[in-house]
Parts: sequence; structure tokens; C-alpha cells
Amino acid sequence: MKQAIELNVNGEPHAALVDTRETLLDTLRYKLGHMGPKEGCGNGNCGACTVVLNGAVVNACLVFAVEAAGADVTTVEGVAAEGTLHPVQQAFIEHGALQCGFCTPGFIMSAKALLERNPNPSEPEIRLAISGNLCRCTGYDKIVRAIQAASQALSQTA
Amino acid sequence: MSKEKEGLSVDAFEYAAPQNLQDAVALLAEASDEARPLAGGTDLITQMKENRHSPALVVDVKKIPELNVLSYEAGLHIGAAVSCTQIAEFEPVRVHYPALAEACALIGSYQIQNRATLGGNFCNAAPSADAVPPAVSYGATLVIAGPGGRREIPSEDFFVGPGQTVLEKGEVLVEIVLPPPPPHSGAAYLRFIPREEMDIAVAGVGSFVQLSPDTRTCEQARIVLAAVAPTPVRAKEAEAFLAGQSLDDTTIAQAGELASQAASPISDVRGSAAYRIELVKVLTRRTLGKALERAKGEAS
Repeated sequence: MKQAIELNVNGEPHAALVDTRETLLDTLRYKLGHMGPKEGCGNGNCGACTVVLNGAVVNACLVFAVEAAGADVTTVEGVAAEGTLHPVQQAFIEHGALQCGFCTPGFIMSAKALLERNPNPSEPEIRLAISGNLCRCTGYDKIVRAIQAASQALSQTA
Repeated sequence: MSKEKEGLSVDAFEYAAPQNLQDAVALLAEASDEARPLAGGTDLITQMKENRHSPALVVDVKKIPELNVLSYEAGLHIGAAVSCTQIAEFEPVRVHYPALAEACALIGSYQIQNRATLGGNFCNAAPSADAVPPAVSYGATLVIAGPGGRREIPSEDFFVGPGQTVLEKGEVLVEIVLPPPPPHSGAAYLRFIPREEMDIAVAGVGSFVQLSPDTRTCEQARIVLAAVAPTPVRAKEAEAFLAGQSLDDTTIAQAGELASQAASPISDVRGSAAYRIELVKVLTRRTLGKALERAKGEAS
């Protein structure tokens, strides 16, 4: 069964005709062309699909698109401002905090959300904040270092 | 759409997002096939993807004002659609019901806590639900609306079996109400998992104690066990034993032994029945100790 929805993605209004069974992740990727969020597990464990929905990080694979009618959504494509990478993105590059990159959009979203609510997190707080994101390449250490570096970079610009 | 496979393995269903409770109850009551309320969806959507539930109608309850209430006046009122994050961050919960705040912050990841609800934790009726033992131990009452009107039940009477509750067709959980914490009382919840986070409790225990005005003896205790029976269960023998006792290492250890007798665990991939029995003893001791510190004002 189809329903027409409207939603804002990265500040731009969109309209889509969605099947009620379609997840927000499906709609973002296959109807609206935002291929940043990925489907890893499809059940809320891996966090590769992490997006910001009305101000809160969520697993886009566990939200039906129809639930997001009228919502504001931010994907990794909306993180860089006017071509300038966000300090979290810059730090991931500088610290080599990715290998295959499949999980990276989710990590970026979780890390950015952490630094917005807690600008100077401890290492355990960082590890807790990314506990809903799985990486099978890096061993996490470089990701933690990158988030620490982003925290410092943000505190210097603030 | 190029995605006829993923996501759409879910059976077709109709979706409604009523703006008020009466409409939600009417939709659920009049449905001819399986109909399910949808709050955060972190349990229901995964179950639909696994075809463990195939409702013909999904009623999204997140737009209903009464289910979004979060207030602290004459007790704590938590609408059934309020997220775990909202609960854990609500100042009166942190101050007056810290065991509930801690449990809500244990469930899954931040992504999950931003969607998952206490109402859903109850209605999904998993024996391992982390937020249920503290809510029950604080003496929570559940407010239910249905075609026949409203009813209130003690939270511990809500469960029938794994995934099964007393909710009848057309009924919706509206809110969870916790009484104001009595003076000289405290509570704690702990679970055991083999990892740091993102796991399902092998066993969990929520303990609540209310002390006498001189804080020397326990006037009342409630101990609620998770993941060691088909439903969350109260350890009533242990509670009765503690009433009137002074709480020390000996009586707390005895309470742990008695609490383990209320457990009827299964052996599964997470742990053996014998191991779970031991966990109940340990977690009961630790949660009683923490609850005691809180009741005396020695711990936050």
C-alpha cells in the first residue's frame, strides 16, 4: 500500500510515494538518491544506516518511511557545509579511521551527535557513543582517536 | 523502485497514524486481521522483517498527545510513546528514579534509545526487558485504554508469557505511572551481559527498599527478576524476609538466596539455568546494596 509523504532531507524538501513496508533507509537510498547511509544488518545492530531524524540519531532501517512524514532528516551527505568537511570527517581522514568505508557514514553521524551533546567526551564516553556502530576493518582505535581529535579541533574553533 | 527484495520481505500492511486515543482504539478494535500498535518500532519492525509478526494494520501511536506525556507531579507519568532517551534525560527521573534512568540508558545503542520506548519495553513483553524491573520495583501502575474504557493494573500483572500481555483486542497502553518515592527509599537495577553494551540480559535484577525513619531497618522491599522466567517476576519470599530486617551483609546474602528460588530459568545460548540462578543471587545482593546506599542518601 502506497502513501505520499513529504520530508526534508539535508534541508531540502522532498516528496515521495512510498510503500508502507519501505524503510526510511530504502526511501533515502533508492527514491531520493542519498546513498551515504548503508544497509548492513537491517535490524538495528550495525548502525551503518545511522541518520539524524528530527534531531536524534536513529537507525534508518528501523523506521518506516511513512513514520518520517513531515520529518527533518540529515544524512552524511548533509554534514559538510558548502564543500568544507566537518571536523569529524576531516579527523577520520587524517587518522585513517576507515578502511572499506562502509560503516563510516554511520560513525560520522554518531560521532557528530556525541560532540554536539558532549563537546569533550572521555574515551569511555566515546566508546559508548559508538557502541551502536560496527566496524569490521579498523579495530576502532583509529576511530576513537579521530573523534578525540575532532573534539579538540571543535573546541579550538568554538 | 529497484528494491523489490529488501525491506519488502515484510508482508503488506495498512498504516495509520491517528491523532487521538479514541481513533487508535477504534482502529485496533475494528480491525478484522492482526493489528498492532507501533511506538518506537525497534522490536516490532525487526519482528515484522523476520515475519514473526505480520500485522495487516499498523497503528502508529506516536502522534497521540496522552502517549507523549512526561511529567512529574503526584508521581511520574510516562506516556507509552516517550523514548528511552527522553526518560533517561528527564531531570526528575535522574533525581527520583535513578534506577529507571540507568535501565533506559542500557537498552541498545543511542540510536535505539532515541526510538525505543518504555511502553514498548512493556508491550513487547520480553522476559529480559531491562526497563521493566526498575519500573515494577518502583511500584508502577499501567493505564490501559480500550473499547470498554480505561483500566489501571499493577505493572507486574501485565505479563502473561514471553511476548504476551493482558492487553485485549483494541487495547492500548497509555502511560506508566510511578508513585512518588517514599522518604528513605532507594532502588537499583543491574543486568549481566558478557559484553560492555548492546546485548540482551543473561539475568537482571531490580531492587527497591524503603527504610524506617531512623534508616536502621527495612520496612518494605521489592525485588524484580528479569530473563530468569517466562515473564519478569517478583521475588516475594525475599521481599517478605527483608521486611523488618536490618540490612547487612548477612541479611542481604540471605535475600539473594531466597530471590534465586523465585527464578525458573531456561538454559540457552546466553547462559545455563544454573548460571542464571547464581547471577540472581549476585545481582540481588549488589542491587540491594546500591538501593540501601541510595535510601540512606549515600549514593546518587
